[in-house]
Amino acid sequence: MAYLQQIIFLLILGTAGYFLWKRIILIRNNIRLGKNLDRTDNHSERFKSMLLVAFGQRKMFKNIIPAILHLFVYVGFVVINFEVLEFIIDGLAGTHRIFAPYLGGFYNVLMNIFEFLAVSVLAACAVFLFRRNVLRVKRFTQPEMTSWPLLDANLILITEIVLMLAILSMNAADQVLQTRGVTGYVFTGQLVFSGFLVPGFDGLPAGWLVFIERFAWWFHIIGILGFAIYVTWSKHLHIFMAFPNTWYSDLTPMGKMENMDSVTNEVKIMLGLTTDGAAAQAPEEIGRFGAKDINDLTWKNLMDAYTCTECGRCTAECPANQTGKKLSPRKIMMDVRDRTEEVGNSLVKNGKGFDDGKSLLGDYIIKEELNACTSCNACVEACPVLINPLQIILEMRRYIAMEESGSPAQWNIMFQNIETSFSPWKFAPADRFNWAKE
Amino acid sequence: MDEAQKLNVPVMAELAAKNESPEILFWVGCAGSYDDRYKKVTRAFIKILNKLNISYAVLGTEETCTGDPARRAGNEFLYQMQATANIQVLDGYKIKKIVTTCPHCFNTLKNEYPDLGGNYEVTHHSVFLQQLIDEGKIKVKDGGSFKGKKITYHDSCFLGRANDIYEAPRKVLEEMDAHLVEMKNCRSQGLCCGAGGAQMFKEAEPGAKEVFEKRTSEALATGASVVASACPFCMTMLSDGIKNEEKESEVEVRDIVEIVAESLNL
Ligand code: SF4
Ligand code: SF4
Repeated sequence: MAYLQQIIFLLILGTAGYFLWKRIILIRNNIRLGKNLDRTDNHSERFKSMLLVAFGQRKMFKNIIPAILHLFVYVGFVVINFEVLEFIIDGLAGTHRIFAPYLGGFYNVLMNIFEFLAVSVLAACAVFLFRRNVLRVKRFTQPEMTSWPLLDANLILITEIVLMLAILSMNAADQVLQTRGVTGYVFTGQLVFSGFLVPGFDGLPAGWLVFIERFAWWFHIIGILGFAIYVTWSKHLHIFMAFPNTWYSDLTPMGKMENMDSVTNEVKIMLGLTTDGAAAQAPEEIGRFGAKDINDLTWKNLMDAYTCTECGRCTAECPANQTGKKLSPRKIMMDVRDRTEEVGNSLVKNGKGFDDGKSLLGDYIIKEELNACTSCNACVEACPVLINPLQIILEMRRYIAMEESGSPAQWNIMFQNIETSFSPWKFAPADRFNWAKE
Repeated sequence: MDEAQKLNVPVMAELAAKNESPEILFWVGCAGSYDDRYKKVTRAFIKILNKLNISYAVLGTEETCTGDPARRAGNEFLYQMQATANIQVLDGYKIKKIVTTCPHCFNTLKNEYPDLGGNYEVTHHSVFLQQLIDEGKIKVKDGGSFKGKKITYHDSCFLGRANDIYEAPRKVLEEMDAHLVEMKNCRSQGLCCGAGGAQMFKEAEPGAKEVFEKRTSEALATGASVVASACPFCMTMLSDGIKNEEKESEVEVRDIVEIVAESLNL
């Protein structure tokens, strides 16, 4: 009997770990469905980008109020995880507040910092809920924010609030038990924030208090473990993905488009410019031009999709979206993620190489959206975790233009003009220099 | 044409025939060559180059589209045909430095031609002008004709976000003693004119309004009498917007090159 609690804890921890591991492997495999792209260069720049943007939240500070609130939740999340470490050791060893005797007075300081953060997280989440559901800030209510994304966001906020309340109640009950000298409840010193709850617990019998304290403890740790698994399906995955995603971000100027080397080979052959024979005879396996589905995108595009927090900063800045066009860069990212999950699951179920007959283009994203983009990079600039929706849009346009010849009629005319008159407008090439003579 | 002044414009092929090689190639761009409004900008830039005795030349009829609009519209094949052909011409003349009055040409020549083997030092005219000012080669005595005028600068996406050029055009305008005012969305948050990404060459997709209308109202809200731009497409879109609002008698769209040339009485 003595070890029952520890055994149950170990089982819960193991089960959670197993499911979490499975999800991590699946997501990793899903991201690898994307095409190759080399991002192993320039470690110092990459480290800097991760440090400033993910760790330092630099891009968040364009908008000060959400930035500060988000900072509370973020710091709270990171720091309170140290407490989770104590929970896990206690759970496995059958101890209670194992760090307290070792840290002495410092334990009290630490616990008070945790409590302060718990209260800030709680307050920030409450304001976030208010902004989403009462103020209905525009970027949270746009069309792609259908029932699941809305619910997801609210669930996370509510879960965080409940978990913080659990910590505070646990500490309050614990303090009362300490003052009554109940065995096992080591002295933590005065805890300021849960201290406010103490009057509510003071009159309860010791048995109840132990129950409340234990219940809150189990609730918190199971909550955290459940949350970790849930996050892998949620936009909240950015808490992990922000780090690799900023590390692997594009370091070239935003205006640069990725060159299609497969096309370069063909162009060189056509213009009779094949410098060395090798390039001419070995056009490496050409899939298709541009992107029709997620496996035509790069792994980084897919990582971007798993990193997206659905915050809508990109869409709020998008000129096409602002003027009522169908395009929303956030929707592009959400579609890529949904489609990647769909393909990934279907491959697990039906085996490698299975084609479900659907595709990103058509079933998720339509041409009208893609055709509205001005390639202004406002979305790229706005994203707090360095996601690039524009690259995906342009890859899909490439597919439409080169594989389907399905570009808008006026663009096809523009293409013709360039082919025949070497200018997007139909002017005689011989008149190109007339401006000097007029 | 205004004052029907015939410009002296050195052409690469002619210089090459005389075994001369100018320091800089001025890449005019399709809008600068064919668009009636932007031709004036080209001519203003030529006047400055001539006045300062800068060693330059243009390709004339040998210039062709960089391929940017085709690329942004998805036609990578056509883009690479254009780019590869252009690189052959540029390399044939052993060109090292390029200056251009179009941010789209600038971006493509600078960032995208290297992937196809075309490596040049490419400058946009805003930075080029700022350098001339810094070197003391452009000096405006008594402020010139834009002194104290309320001017707002519209950031081109392909200069600003795409290439991080925000300050050079503003410094040029300040040097002209203009009274610079900013729009609600400026610099890295600047709102697009609506023409980028090959939108210039087709009707906008269905929506509540045009992007250029939104940007124009932001520009008009500043109360500036001059909207300064540094891109042919922005110029077209903003001029249309101002015409739509019937404000063309009060507010004009001028390229920063025109503002400099006029301040220098050229
Ligand atoms: S690049 Fe395209 S999607 Fe992104 S903000 Fe500009 S118009 Fe919108
Ligand atoms: S792409 Fe970036 S800015 Fe847009 S919703 Fe996702 S996280 Fe937010």
